[in-house]
Amino acid sequence: MLAYAFKRLLHVIPVAFGVSIVCFLLLHIAPGDPLAAILPADATAELQAQMRALYGLDRPLVIQYLLWLLRALHGDLGLSIATGRPVTREILGAMVNSFILAGVATLIGFSLGSLLGFLAGLYRGSWIDRLASSIAMLGVSVPHYWLGIVLVIIFSVELNWLPATGGGTDGSGGRALDWSYLRFLVLPALTMSVIPMGIIARTIRSLVAEVLAQDFVQALAAKGLMPRQILRHVIRNAAPTAISVMGLQLGYLLGGSILIETVFSWPGTGFLLNNAIFTRDLPMLQGTILILALFFVIMNVLVDIVQSAIDPRIQRN
Amino acid sequence: MLRRSILQLPLAGLVGSLPLSKALAAAGAGTLRIGMTASDIPLTTGQTDQGGEGQRFMGLTLYDALVGWDLSSATKPSVLIPALATSWKVDANDQTKWTFVLRDGVKFHDGSEFDAEAVVWNFDKLLKQDSPQFDPRQSAQGRSRIPSVASYRVVDPKTVEITTKSPDATLPYQLAWILFSSPANWEAQGKSWDAVAQKPSGTGPWKLEHGFRPRERAELTPNKDYWDATRVPKLESLVLIPLPEPNARVAALRSGQVDWIEAPAPDAVPSLQAAGFDIVTNSYPHNWTWHLSRVEGSPWNDIRVRKAANLAVDREGMKSLLGNLMIPAEGFFPPGHPWFGNPSFKLAYDPEAAKKLMTDAGYGPDKRLHTKTVISPSGSGQMLPLPMNELIQQNLADIFIDVEFEVADWNTVINIWRAGAKDPTAKGADAVNYSYFIQDPFSGLIRQVECDLAPPNGTNWGYYCDKEMDALLSQVRTTFDPDEQVKVLQKVHEKYVDDALFLMVAHDVNPRAMSPKVKGFVQAQNWFQDFSPITMA
Repeated sequence: MLAYAFKRLLHVIPVAFGVSIVCFLLLHIAPGDPLAAILPADATAELQAQMRALYGLDRPLVIQYLLWLLRALHGDLGLSIATGRPVTREILGAMVNSFILAGVATLIGFSLGSLLGFLAGLYRGSWIDRLASSIAMLGVSVPHYWLGIVLVIIFSVELNWLPATGGGTDGSGGRALDWSYLRFLVLPALTMSVIPMGIIARTIRSLVAEVLAQDFVQALAAKGLMPRQILRHVIRNAAPTAISVMGLQLGYLLGGSILIETVFSWPGTGFLLNNAIFTRDLPMLQGTILILALFFVIMNVLVDIVQSAIDPRIQRN
Repeated sequence: MLRRSILQLPLAGLVGSLPLSKALAAAGAGTLRIGMTASDIPLTTGQTDQGGEGQRFMGLTLYDALVGWDLSSATKPSVLIPALATSWKVDANDQTKWTFVLRDGVKFHDGSEFDAEAVVWNFDKLLKQDSPQFDPRQSAQGRSRIPSVASYRVVDPKTVEITTKSPDATLPYQLAWILFSSPANWEAQGKSWDAVAQKPSGTGPWKLEHGFRPRERAELTPNKDYWDATRVPKLESLVLIPLPEPNARVAALRSGQVDWIEAPAPDAVPSLQAAGFDIVTNSYPHNWTWHLSRVEGSPWNDIRVRKAANLAVDREGMKSLLGNLMIPAEGFFPPGHPWFGNPSFKLAYDPEAAKKLMTDAGYGPDKRLHTKTVISPSGSGQMLPLPMNELIQQNLADIFIDVEFEVADWNTVINIWRAGAKDPTAKGADAVNYSYFIQDPFSGLIRQVECDLAPPNGTNWGYYCDKEMDALLSQVRTTFDPDEQVKVLQKVHEKYVDDALFLMVAHDVNPRAMSPKVKGFVQAQNWFQDFSPITMA
């Protein structure tokens, strides 16, 4: 088990290296000038050249990449061109907000999704299945940014129960675990939870139905096991795939959602990334994409390791 | 584009019919909360970023310039007035030397004194790269605003001498951009501009005492000791919240999270008005044009074609399209502007006259003119560029001009505009749709047309060059009497219009939506505004 985990972790290195090259180069190939964000539109060519030199953008791309990589290995992702603030600090601050949002959305999405999927799979073909499947279908089909806007209209504008935008801070910088903070979280978290809820419900439904149709379930029933005991076996057999799907969904959620965070002005990585895209803030874009991509890679490795712990056949393969 | 298109759902229309009372419930007494279009809190250290909005909210609130803008009237165009300098004059014998007399008794928020040493220290901050206080970020913002400044020195504690590279009567306009940070505060913050950012100190009517949260909010409080007693803020605090997404701004206003939003989307305006919110608009020095290429081979080199295009655009139709949130262009400057003058060419909608001009120029139904224009789908000051450009495209098609659009995002269009019409990035386009800040003589009239400012020296995108125009521009720079200078500027503008140098289309009206609780705001005909007289009912 440990050897397997170690081997999987080793695979991260070349992947991370590849990710760093791709995210660095792609952004340099993309049109636009990062200095446009900080220079007045009619800045002279001389001033532009000076600023280009100041930010090292006049050096050969390979040198820029190597210097960036070297600094990144030391945890320094440089300074944001648009704001002048350290990229690492900005990303970490935003990640905390995205993690909080993703955590709550995960809790809602996974719980509801598992429950709906399990019920639908268990009572396949019944009205329960049809109802649960419809909800799941709605979850994956409704554009979540649209849902977010509708929720804002109902709960913020119409009923005035919940705030429409913002990260829940009043300027004091604190995040007290009370209603004054949590009320900012409700609408974005609900909005964010619908897609994973739908995907997980659909996945678990088909897994449960598939496992239930297998011979060993009939054998267990023939052996005289109670339905509750049979269900335990069903869950265990369905778990590896379900965990894999959940892991991927968690990765997506933790990466922050550009659309949801923009609709709600939630100060997470998605909002940060969106701002960085519109200002062509290369260091911020490169840093954020690198961190999020690495996070995704690590999340996949963890899922693999957990899967192998649950299902030893994966290790053997 | 993606962000704009997918989020322009009917939120505004849906929220429009909802009662206002709910939105008002959450407003705090004496606190004005503004939803800005900026995506982050503008730079707080002195010379702000985020263009006009940065200067409006974080520049002229915390800081002052030597020369200010009179923002007290909604009906009269803004003019320059004394601010940190009480008077200035140019040396009669050497017109490159200016003397500025500084205001007595002005203190920075940290209590230190504003004097001539502080002025020179701040110029070094922007222009002298080997000075300890040189700040590349502020320099990037400020340096290009004062292209004429060659040197500066302390004459006495209350007098500064500024020398320009050549005689330049537009210097006071340039200096209206330059803001003064406290040298003592910079020392106290460990000589770190990063530290100053959270605890800045200027001389302005507002203070930033509690720092700010990036991308979330900044709270300004009144400077009760402000040197101009008539402009001590009446509010308890002014909260600035970045809300770059237009529908999020509308929702924040409707749900009572903010009291005021900048630039509501035109389609949200009727619903906001119906629900009792005030829409405040006014003319200001902004224009929305097609900047025409005058490179050899460009069809716009023919004045008949330029005039025809200007006569073919249905500006009133466009105004209806924008929910009346535009002023139809009558020239390069908005009608009523002091520099407007009396051009003889009237920008009427007259397709028949336009067709005749095109026929005279050799075009017709069987010989249509094909041209390419660079446009952006969105962008700061660009209003609603896609429908506006499509309307122009239709109008021009009626007079035998077929326009092909080269669409690029706003950031790329800025770069194309900087690079000039000859640059390969323009992809052979004959025009670029660009909106201009035209508040001072340089940005308003000089930079677009002076021969020497063709790329890469400046932003004369179309490589226009005309000796008569250059002579007029020289006269602008050497006419030191303000009233006489206005007369020269009028001549320049008349030539702009009479020669139809641009396709002149529209002026924005700087719309803001606000709760009726906001009292006392006077929207000046300026990119900047005064928040001092505002109270909350």
